[in-house]
Amino acid sequence: MISIKNVSKWYGSFQVLADCSTEVAKGEVVVVCGPSGSGKSTIIKCVNALEPFQKGSITVEGISVGDPKTNLPKLRSRIGMVFQNFELFPHMTVTENLTLGQVKVLGRSSDEARQKGLKLLDRVGLLAHKDKYPGQLSGGQQQRVAIARALSMDPIAMLFDEPTSALDPEMINEVLDVMVELAKEGMTMMVVTHEMGFARKVAHRVIFMDAGRIVEDAKKEEFFGTPRSERAQLFLSKILHH
Amino acid sequence: MGYNWHWGILLEKEPGGTGIYLQYLIVGLGWSLATALAAWVIALVIGSLVGTLRTTPMPWVVRLGNLYVEIFRNIPLIVQMFLWFFVMPELLPKELGDWIKQMPPPWSSYIPAVLCLGIYTSVRIAEQVRAGIQSLPRGQGMAGTAMGLTAAQTYRYVILPQAFRILLPPITSEFMNVIKNSSVALTIGLLELTGRARAMQEFSFHVFEAFAAATVIYLLTNMVVVLGMRMLEKKVRVPGLIAAAGAPLAGH
Amino acid sequence: MDSGFDFDVIRRSWGYLFREGMTFTVTLTLLAMSGGIIFGTLLAMMRLSAFKPLSWLAGAYVNLMRSVPLVLVIFWFFFLVPYIGAWILREPNPIKVGAWMSAVITFTMFEAAYYAEIMRAGIQSVARGQVWSGYALGLNYWQTMGKIVLPQAFRNMLPVLLTQTIILFQDTSLVYVISATDFLGAASKVANRDYRLVEMYTFVAVVYFVVSYGLSTLVKRLQNRIAIIR
Repeated sequence: MISIKNVSKWYGSFQVLADCSTEVAKGEVVVVCGPSGSGKSTIIKCVNALEPFQKGSITVEGISVGDPKTNLPKLRSRIGMVFQNFELFPHMTVTENLTLGQVKVLGRSSDEARQKGLKLLDRVGLLAHKDKYPGQLSGGQQQRVAIARALSMDPIAMLFDEPTSALDPEMINEVLDVMVELAKEGMTMMVVTHEMGFARKVAHRVIFMDAGRIVEDAKKEEFFGTPRSERAQLFLSKILHH
Repeated sequence: MGYNWHWGILLEKEPGGTGIYLQYLIVGLGWSLATALAAWVIALVIGSLVGTLRTTPMPWVVRLGNLYVEIFRNIPLIVQMFLWFFVMPELLPKELGDWIKQMPPPWSSYIPAVLCLGIYTSVRIAEQVRAGIQSLPRGQGMAGTAMGLTAAQTYRYVILPQAFRILLPPITSEFMNVIKNSSVALTIGLLELTGRARAMQEFSFHVFEAFAAATVIYLLTNMVVVLGMRMLEKKVRVPGLIAAAGAPLAGH
Repeated sequence: MDSGFDFDVIRRSWGYLFREGMTFTVTLTLLAMSGGIIFGTLLAMMRLSAFKPLSWLAGAYVNLMRSVPLVLVIFWFFFLVPYIGAWILREPNPIKVGAWMSAVITFTMFEAAYYAEIMRAGIQSVARGQVWSGYALGLNYWQTMGKIVLPQAFRNMLPVLLTQTIILFQDTSLVYVISATDFLGAASKVANRDYRLVEMYTFVAVVYFVVSYGLSTLVKRLQNRIAIIR
């Protein structure tokens, strides 16, 4: 469904992505990990064209992301994204956050959007907070609302950019639980994260990036069992001990 | 001290026939406010536009906006006033220039004053709008785009509503500034409050009563504006969202 | 009246404009800046002091100056200073004070209110720990302020102080209302004598623009230098 071929990206003269290639099939859950600065956040922002790239190609369900003729808002509406800092709109209630995209981008009626939004809100366990403002919610609650917001657009795939990195430890699990449910239901997911427990549980494949390159791209069992590259081994040994 | 105070002068009739001196001054306040309001509307419209455009990623648009801001920021207000009043009619095609020159007072002073003050203030508002928009976390714009909103939609539903709440305090204090700056229009013949206080001083020789009255009127106006702003702030406040207050910028 | 513009009038009056007019403007700016910053810093310290009456007094002064138009303040001091001078010198009648003296006093007193707010933010931006370590060493209030806090406050606020001075430079043009011969006043006199309003006022605008823009570019460069050092 998502096809990344030989993608390279530069910020000025600094190369952030070097010849990255991978595929994500429908229903697959792919975890992307690596040290900071490895380009893992950058590459998923390239998938929904939040970041441009200079070389290579990315296609989502056959639609080329880099093609200037592509209708980007339409493409983005089909891919859900969850940010490290939640990025809920603080001046709108939870319900309004959930319905904005549906009404303005997908053209649904506000009743339809509301119904859908509240259903998803219930699914993440936060229906009681529908009229609250994001500033009144905890980090974990905000992130769950953010996931519901992305799901309300009925996306074909979901991108997660370090969804739990900004959360206090006791709130990480409530968010990971929602993501595990989503994976079990067959959503295509690309998740940038350090949470290897999550990867072990639901990932199909794990990609390890370092200095802008995809160094390892293997099935979960292989990756955790016998990673081939030294760099990946080093990284794993460091993070699996916390 | 050698000065004879006579507060009763305020209740005596002024020679021009408007009524008592106090009335004369209050009418001046009316002109100050009329000038300020009209100028402020112009300033808000142009300033918001220029300020927003300066946050877009299109370089030539940003450069144009910067040019506009730099020109009107680096010339003193009174000099701009003279340019609008004396120079502008001469630079227009003859018929238009003549028509402007034969406008009767007070419009001959009011209109240049409003245009001048409007553009002068729009520069300050443009700066504040730009700073306000840029103070928002980048992620907000990204979240809007990631959802599929177009750039215009992202500005309209995500960025500008938040920027508005951040900008409410500085923009309302700008309104107080416009009221104060309207006093400069006395140099082109507009009879607003300060100009009338000066006139009262010249007719009645009661210097300090005249200026004291004007001062008190400005202070009361200030209080009303500040109170109004606080009420507005309370009305649009979002629970949990605290607009950041920065260090004072230079200027008045 | 001729239909053409005669920009030669600028060349002919150049000496007068700059020797008389610009000198007035620049000197006034520098004097008001120095006096204003000193008095403003004093006001800021008063506002931040724990002694309530002092703090209230300084606050009232600053708020008063910021609520009233500069033109009105210029008139106030123009008429008030002769009386105050007489009171100080025990003269029976108001003493004669020219436009120059009146302007210097006005702008010092007025801009001090704005410098005060800047210095107040500057003083507050110096970490409390600095004050504590000064006291811990045994320094008294004035020593701590003078040697530790104020130098840092100044450095922090330098760009804002300079920007305020550029605004002060532009504000001095308002002495027009008391018929003082600053740069604008001088140009205005020439304009009215030779009936060359367009040329003279355009020239004034250009000169003010060049000077203000040049100075503010320098301030921006200074700001960038400071940012790098941090």
